Amino acid sequence: MATRTIVPFGPQHPVLPEPIHLDLVLEDEKVISAIPSIGFIHRGLEKLVEKKDFLEMTYVAERICGICSFIHGQSYCQAIEGVMKIDVPERALYLRTIWGEMSRIHSHLLWLGLFADGFGFESLFMHSWRVREKLLDLIEETTGGRVIFGTAKVGGVRRDMESLTLKRVEDELKIIEKMSHELTDVFKKDSSVKRRTVGKGVLSKEDAITLGAVGPTVRGSGIASDMRKLGYAAYGKISWEPVIETGCDCYARCMVRCRELYQSFDMIYQAMAKIPDGPVDVKVTGNPNGEYFARVEQPRGEVIYYVKGNNTKNLERFRVRTPTFANVPPLVKMLGGCELADVPVIVLTIDPCISCTER
Amino acid sequence: MSQMSIGKVVSRSFLSRPATRLYPFEKRPFYKATRGAVAIDIEKCILCGICQKRCPTAAITVTKATKDWQINRLRCISCGACVDACPKKCLWLENMYSPAVVQKGADDKFHQLDKPGLETTKA
Repeated sequence: MATRTIVPFGPQHPVLPEPIHLDLVLEDEKVISAIPSIGFIHRGLEKLVEKKDFLEMTYVAERICGICSFIHGQSYCQAIEGVMKIDVPERALYLRTIWGEMSRIHSHLLWLGLFADGFGFESLFMHSWRVREKLLDLIEETTGGRVIFGTAKVGGVRRDMESLTLKRVEDELKIIEKMSHELTDVFKKDSSVKRRTVGKGVLSKEDAITLGAVGPTVRGSGIASDMRKLGYAAYGKISWEPVIETGCDCYARCMVRCRELYQSFDMIYQAMAKIPDGPVDVKVTGNPNGEYFARVEQPRGEVIYYVKGNNTKNLERFRVRTPTFANVPPLVKMLGGCELADVPVIVLTIDPCISCTER
Repeated sequence: MSQMSIGKVVSRSFLSRPATRLYPFEKRPFYKATRGAVAIDIEKCILCGICQKRCPTAAITVTKATKDWQINRLRCISCGACVDACPKKCLWLENMYSPAVVQKGADDKFHQLDKPGLETTKA
């Protein structure tokens, strides 16, 4: 047996802006096992339910994560609406779908850039983020914030989009879609990208099920698991099928995200064509009493919001299970047996978001 | 194929104008909807204090006795909860951020004068 060395990876590492720590047990350049540790940036947001009332908590939920901010807010609102049995107006549901998908596109473009940066393709990273910038402008124009949308609200949404704006957004999105094609072509066909991704970090279909992987990680292993199929918001009213790839490696997970980009564009066009007129919110009266699980698909995978109310302004219990937390065991599995140089690329393929994992 | 498409992007980037702005000369336009600093028309304010109660970060302090409305710009997250709650609609969100503060705890203070119509003071 060769000498074993333990190399620390993170919490400060150039490929990851966020603090996750991995102890990599190496034999020469080969990773034998990886021991993860998290808990560097716990903020105690779940405990805040004791101080903030259930309506104010929407602002806190939106700030759990900077990238999927809107979907966090939406999930929280869905959980509260579930407890209080609030019927959200149709138009609000469609607007949530549109903003949710815009948020997914911006997250995936961000990830594509970071991924390119992870294997050293700096110019591709810049191009991805340039495309994303155009989308962020659209988001700011329609919601008022670039990353913290601030439009989620218990009982609906806080802003409406006029039909003229909808049309303009659609036109702009078509330009962004065209620009994205040029980008994803590179991820799809470039030989240097393929060399760094094909066959790396394999997660078999069985392992993905056993270890409870979620989101693009599980879909890259050939399992059609997508919470949007539950039909929340307006997802039940538009036609779409979950994107799956059967490669089980880093390349497959990258392809899932590339194809999901276009799926999201398509969903937005469909939602814009079908959006009904009407109010965008309902008045919320009373306090939540009871408990509810909301399961929502984020760009990174399934997020579970659990809320328990006791008929007071403050919730009794609030719990969030984020997708990155579910994807850590599959990550450890993928890292076993890989080369040290592939570790950053493999870690990036689960799209780790440590801030929301630790809240 | 991919070399072709990246080549197209690269040559377009080479020939077109920079993606960035020459900042002090060319400023980024803010949108009408942009959530910036909270502003108040203090003379319309009835000092009811609902904004203070609704503020999730406790950035607003309303003192009825001295007729003062003050906001801690470092605490404010521009969520607009106060704007939605205001019964007199005298609060709004500017589409511009507030200028950087140079001192901690130096709140923006608005004082309601006894004579309506006069300018508000900002300490």
